[in-house]
Amino acid sequence: MSLSLLETEDETMLRDAARGWLADNAPVAALRKMRDAGQAFDTGLWREMAAMGWSGVLVPESSGGAGMGHRAAGILAEEMGAVLAASPYLSSAVIAATALQGASEKLTAIAGGELVYALAVDEGTKHAPERARLHADRIGNGFRLSGTKVFVAEGASADRVLVLARTSGAAGDALGLTLFDIDAGRAGLSRTAKATVDSRDHAELRLEGVEATGEDVVGDVDNAMAVLAPALRAGQAGVAAEMLGVAGGAAAMTLGYLKERKQFDRTIGSFQALQHRAAHLWSELEVTASAVAHAGRMLDADPEAAEMAVSLAKARATKTADLAVREGVQMHGGIGMTDAYDIGFYMKRARVAAEWLGDYGYHAAKVAAARGF
Amino acid sequence: MSDEAARLAAFRKDIAAWIDEACPASLRGRALGEDSIVWGGKGWAFAHADQKDWFDAAVAKGMTAPMWPTEVGGAGLTRPEEKIYREEMARLNAPPPLESFGLWMLGPALLHFGTPEQKAMHLPPVVRGEIRWCQGYSEPGAGSDLANVQTRAEDMGDHWLVNGQKIWTSYADKADWIFALVRTDRSAPKHKGISFMLIDMASEGVTTRPIRLISGKSPFCETFFDNVKVPKDYGAGGSAIVGELNRGWDVAKYLLTHEREMIGGGARGLLGGRSMGEFIGSLEESVAQDPVIRAEAMALEVDSLAFALTMERYKDRAEGGKGVGDASAMLKYYGTELNKRRYELLMSASGSAGVEWDGPHGSLAPEWLRTKANSIEGGTSEVMLDILSKRVLGMPSS
Repeated sequence: MSLSLLETEDETMLRDAARGWLADNAPVAALRKMRDAGQAFDTGLWREMAAMGWSGVLVPESSGGAGMGHRAAGILAEEMGAVLAASPYLSSAVIAATALQGASEKLTAIAGGELVYALAVDEGTKHAPERARLHADRIGNGFRLSGTKVFVAEGASADRVLVLARTSGAAGDALGLTLFDIDAGRAGLSRTAKATVDSRDHAELRLEGVEATGEDVVGDVDNAMAVLAPALRAGQAGVAAEMLGVAGGAAAMTLGYLKERKQFDRTIGSFQALQHRAAHLWSELEVTASAVAHAGRMLDADPEAAEMAVSLAKARATKTADLAVREGVQMHGGIGMTDAYDIGFYMKRARVAAEWLGDYGYHAAKVAAARGF
Repeated sequence: MSDEAARLAAFRKDIAAWIDEACPASLRGRALGEDSIVWGGKGWAFAHADQKDWFDAAVAKGMTAPMWPTEVGGAGLTRPEEKIYREEMARLNAPPPLESFGLWMLGPALLHFGTPEQKAMHLPPVVRGEIRWCQGYSEPGAGSDLANVQTRAEDMGDHWLVNGQKIWTSYADKADWIFALVRTDRSAPKHKGISFMLIDMASEGVTTRPIRLISGKSPFCETFFDNVKVPKDYGAGGSAIVGELNRGWDVAKYLLTHEREMIGGGARGLLGGRSMGEFIGSLEESVAQDPVIRAEAMALEVDSLAFALTMERYKDRAEGGKGVGDASAMLKYYGTELNKRRYELLMSASGSAGVEWDGPHGSLAPEWLRTKANSIEGGTSEVMLDILSKRVLGMPSS
């Protein structure tokens, strides 16, 4: 399909506006401050993002959102990634807003930033939705959910959680899964915040006989994938865009350092060994930027056909962010190893984001399968 | 659907129908090795009638040069149309009807810098595959340091007298004309004093000598100019010099961006027109399941797809008038390194069948060896990285 990957004027304006606002309001220093205060994200900042329409980026205007689409959502995610802005943007505004399509009241609350959602899918150390074992047993007209979810982004702070549960079949079956929309305060649900290297909110959720009704089911019983798959694709494209931003932010910091740091009476950026590594990194960033833009365009144009494009973006972004942060720390030398300097924050966020919603191997295999091997 | 989208959809339908009708089935999905390319030229002989039929049909429709103006024999397609054309060509497994340095390089140079007379004389024969061009840039002492050209053209009043030697001239022994960088002012600094000159290879004093490569083939030549008289003016064809006298470096630089994009995009439909997946699937089961080969094949597929999207993005950018400029060095660098990786994988996946000069995988081994030049010709990977770091990233000079 011939979709232009060039940014439209509106998209460039959105990017410039986001970049300017984030530089003033959510620089890396803000993440450092929250980490030191033991806080995962700044609710005041999230309300301001909501006021700008970011939390409603995928919510239709009829439900109070901005309805800007996935490419725009990716541009915002990328700009947030570039400064490591912490917020429930991907969990709530991208993933939950996609899963809850048609649920106008909830969408309005998401768009307003009043309701923060988390997505609880994985139970093992790697992303594998169809391997869910957390079970929802039918009790009378309702369900009772028991099991454990790990690596739930925004899990400790969310108001509501989308929980993937098995209602029939065995672990590994794509059918027999049901998505529940549960209030985080419901009896039997306990949350343990995990201190992860990126200083963001990741929690383990334990459900012990949590009661749910048919009202809490998103989509159809035994067919969670119909609503979850599009939400996962949106989230994966979003985190890919964020990682492109992380890579770009780390690269920009590193290039700046190469231009100012002096050794042997020379700016170290004048050394060809470092120049070539910087130029290689820039090349990888350019190639990944295409994959990320393409995923957004495909999700907007033909979401059902976007799976390969999304996996391509997540695979590429994972590799490129990894390269950017490793080169970043190495080229900064000793100062790059210090907590006082910001480059390490990029490395830590890149590692966590690499694992979220499918790692490199998961997505490369999806691309390969789509390409016939 | 907007009017434009409806128009493009109709164009897609028409062009697909034309390709399907004009391109014989025997040409579809064949291996696109260097041996099956139609290069054209005075000495050209088609391999078989089907190849000629496809070529003739394309020439008649201007589709050998889809984006060139119709006045010079092109089809005058817009960028979105050309993109659709290439997509349909790929979908229908149709090979390009003609490929040549005239199409890739001389044409863009003349379209940008040429006079109406130069365009009228040189472009139609390129479109019709009648004249085959070669590029005379590199010299024994001017490789990565290309501006160090020593081949000189002396002003003899009504003609130039050319003396010197070029090297790595692709297919000089089969070319009818050469576009060459020659030094027309020896007192000027090295980037000044160079002119971009069009020379008939049949001129007295021009000789070529093929260079045998590690692949066993000789796509490159040494080209010698020994007191070659080049008319200053080809009459109705205009000047022998393209662009301004002594400003040939501007033309050369402009063309190098085209060359870099072309080489970068050189990930051709090799593998016998099959995808990497099909190729892997066709191998012995134990090879197809080898975790190391599979992992590299997947990584390569991911990078190749993302790179192909990047080529499109850059072309869209160039078409939108924003230019690509020095960033084209990235396409050259990335595309050629990717192609080398692809061939390393193909060789290791093919095992002992791949090391025969002409084995079950055809000319895989010579092609593998040929790819090693990809990151050398048209500016080495190292020169590309220099360009990117200095001109795109603004790294300080040493």
